[in-house]
Amino acid sequence: MDLGYTDEQKAFRDEVRAFLNDKLPKRLSDKVAGGKRLTKEDYEDWHAILNDRGWLGVNWPKEHGGTGWDAVQRHIFEEETTKAHAPRIVPFGLAMLGPVLMAFGSDAQKAHYLPRILNGDDWWCQGYSEPGAGSDLANVQTMAVRDGDDYIVNGQKTWTTLGQHANWIFCLVRTSKEGKRQEGISFLLIDMNTPGIEVRPIVLIDGEPEVNEVWFKDVRVPVGNLVGEENKGWTYAKYLLTHERTNIAGVGFARAGLSALKRIAGGQMEHGKPLIENPFFAAKVAQVEIDLMAMATTNLRTISAAAEGQAPGAESSMLKVKGTIIRQEINALTKQAVGPFAAPFISEALDEGSNVEPVGPDAAMPATQAYFNNRKLSIYGGSNEVQRAIISKTILEL
Amino acid sequence: MDFNLTEERQMLQDGLRRYLADATDHDKIAATTDGPTGLDTPLWDALTEMGLPGAMFTEDQGGFGGAGFDIMVVAEELGRAGLPTPLIDSALLSGTVIAQTRPDLVEDLVAGRILGFAHAEAGARYDLSHVTTRAERTADGWRITGTKSLVQFALAADGFVVSARTSGDVTSQDGISLFLVPGDQVTLRDYPLNGGGRAAEMTIDATLPENALLGEAGTAYTLLDTAHARATAAQCAEALGLMETIKTLTVEYLQQRKQFGQPIGKFQALQHRMADVLIEIEQARSSVINLCGNLDQPERDLHVSATKNLIGRAARLVVEESIQMHGGIGMTQEYALGHFAKRLSMIDHRFGDVDHHLERFIRLSMARAA
Repeated sequence: MDLGYTDEQKAFRDEVRAFLNDKLPKRLSDKVAGGKRLTKEDYEDWHAILNDRGWLGVNWPKEHGGTGWDAVQRHIFEEETTKAHAPRIVPFGLAMLGPVLMAFGSDAQKAHYLPRILNGDDWWCQGYSEPGAGSDLANVQTMAVRDGDDYIVNGQKTWTTLGQHANWIFCLVRTSKEGKRQEGISFLLIDMNTPGIEVRPIVLIDGEPEVNEVWFKDVRVPVGNLVGEENKGWTYAKYLLTHERTNIAGVGFARAGLSALKRIAGGQMEHGKPLIENPFFAAKVAQVEIDLMAMATTNLRTISAAAEGQAPGAESSMLKVKGTIIRQEINALTKQAVGPFAAPFISEALDEGSNVEPVGPDAAMPATQAYFNNRKLSIYGGSNEVQRAIISKTILEL
Repeated sequence: MDFNLTEERQMLQDGLRRYLADATDHDKIAATTDGPTGLDTPLWDALTEMGLPGAMFTEDQGGFGGAGFDIMVVAEELGRAGLPTPLIDSALLSGTVIAQTRPDLVEDLVAGRILGFAHAEAGARYDLSHVTTRAERTADGWRITGTKSLVQFALAADGFVVSARTSGDVTSQDGISLFLVPGDQVTLRDYPLNGGGRAAEMTIDATLPENALLGEAGTAYTLLDTAHARATAAQCAEALGLMETIKTLTVEYLQQRKQFGQPIGKFQALQHRMADVLIEIEQARSSVINLCGNLDQPERDLHVSATKNLIGRAARLVVEESIQMHGGIGMTQEYALGHFAKRLSMIDHRFGDVDHHLERFIRLSMARAA
């Protein structure tokens, strides 16, 4: 047993650090560190910088223009980019759809869509959840009915993250009502500019229109946009979800959050002393740090097993539950740290160049926003209740 | 022993609950928060008519209540409706000061006049004695200079009770004085608050007559402490009302929302957690009763800290569990829960958070034992 990185892995880490030092624009890292709003262009700029270096397809094999990195390298990359306050890589095309196309798409689909994802020609969003299909995803009701060379799609998707920026959506649609619910689902690629699609933003409790509802009314989709076989979409959906769960522990985010928490609590004075020296507060920060140290190793154990070729199963559910609890605790403590100034919400102050100043410490408003926004962590991607059910069924066999 | 409300309080509670159920909702509150002053003036006038500020003062002072349980009844209903009002700032914070120092003005407050309360400062966190704003004597009065933070409903107020230091160090309990400052003597930068309502940063450079001083110079700390105890009682009762509404919304959702072919409330994992939420809300209610029953008793401060700590802990549980059990819909601004959860979550950020009051409770509790 050896807890450290190999020399090779350390060299890789240094390479990533040097790249970030050299290529990550300060404008972007300042925005991320300061909790400012990121625009579509901000994400696209960062994607382009990574793509130039060949580092955008983080979990893609080399043959498709990806990095070909193993699980440990991906972990190092995630850790370093988060620490450097790089924007996150928007996952829908890169982390989610890409691997599905590589595994199940036709040669024509691979040749057409994969390069476009890397080049930033397409912004994909995810059409999974519906009003009646949340945790119970197999309940999708959006219908796709075959009509000549097209499917005609009717229904509604929801919680479509950053769908306002997207020109393509990959959807789970129902193509059959026969047999088991899981056996009538297909995986369909839909051009968002097709007539009959309407996107409506949903403002979340942090005031941001991060997600959307997407309506489909008699939307004609060419049959060629079906991925794999009709009625086999559930298999592909599950495959995608295992990729969605890569880095599900969010160790990098948690570490970045913890160091921000310590910095913020070090700058907040209470009775003439920094808050971080208040034993009541310090104890809570220490508890979460202790939890994070252990969870980081749980994460590495899983990654290491994955690098040796073992597919992560219910372990990722464990990481999801513990990882989100830790990140949400860090968010709660950060909100507590900023004290009375958690209350003001001046939306314009989050826009670059608005010249509207926040009130109180700069960290205050983003702290409150992050606390509310990250309540989603334990809800999305399979709620923590669903993850616990997976653990009790798969690992405990209860 | 009797845990029932008096007939008058019961009537006030029933009347308020009925009225507020019709008069407001989270959409109207959001629109008001985005409006110019953060105050729905017709609604405040109607509540004044129903006796809201009046119930915060004793008959001797010119009101018809003033006890802890009057505060509890009113504030809980405001919480149940999720409604931000100037009640805490004008009738309880400024009102407690005014009743002691300028009894002639209580009549105006009972009639709905809004006097803002400008005490908090940027570096104070929850330290009640932290005052850097200065007041200096001039030939014929006072000159006050400084900045105040998070002055609630500032643009709806026509005057302010302002704390300023006439002597002593920044955090000294001695040397704090209170002044009545007209609204036109201050500069405001106002902004909306999470959970509704508006507040402002206030810059003061005011020249005031001799009689602007409220009470004696340099001795205001005790009065500030009393005002904050009363305001904290109201805020805790408001939190309780918020919790009750959140509980109702969440239980309804558990009954209605179907996944995997049944209402999610049929899943035992959620049943047990909702049961825990209920237990903590009942604990919160008992704690608020403890505080309101002791508001004029020697152990007031011990109860202030016990209750504020418990409410802070219960609030976090209720906020986080209710959002979690709602799933995505609980994350949206459109659905009512978000407003109530945010408002409840902000309770811990005023008048001292869980740690502030835990520390204070330990200190007071040890002093009592000694």
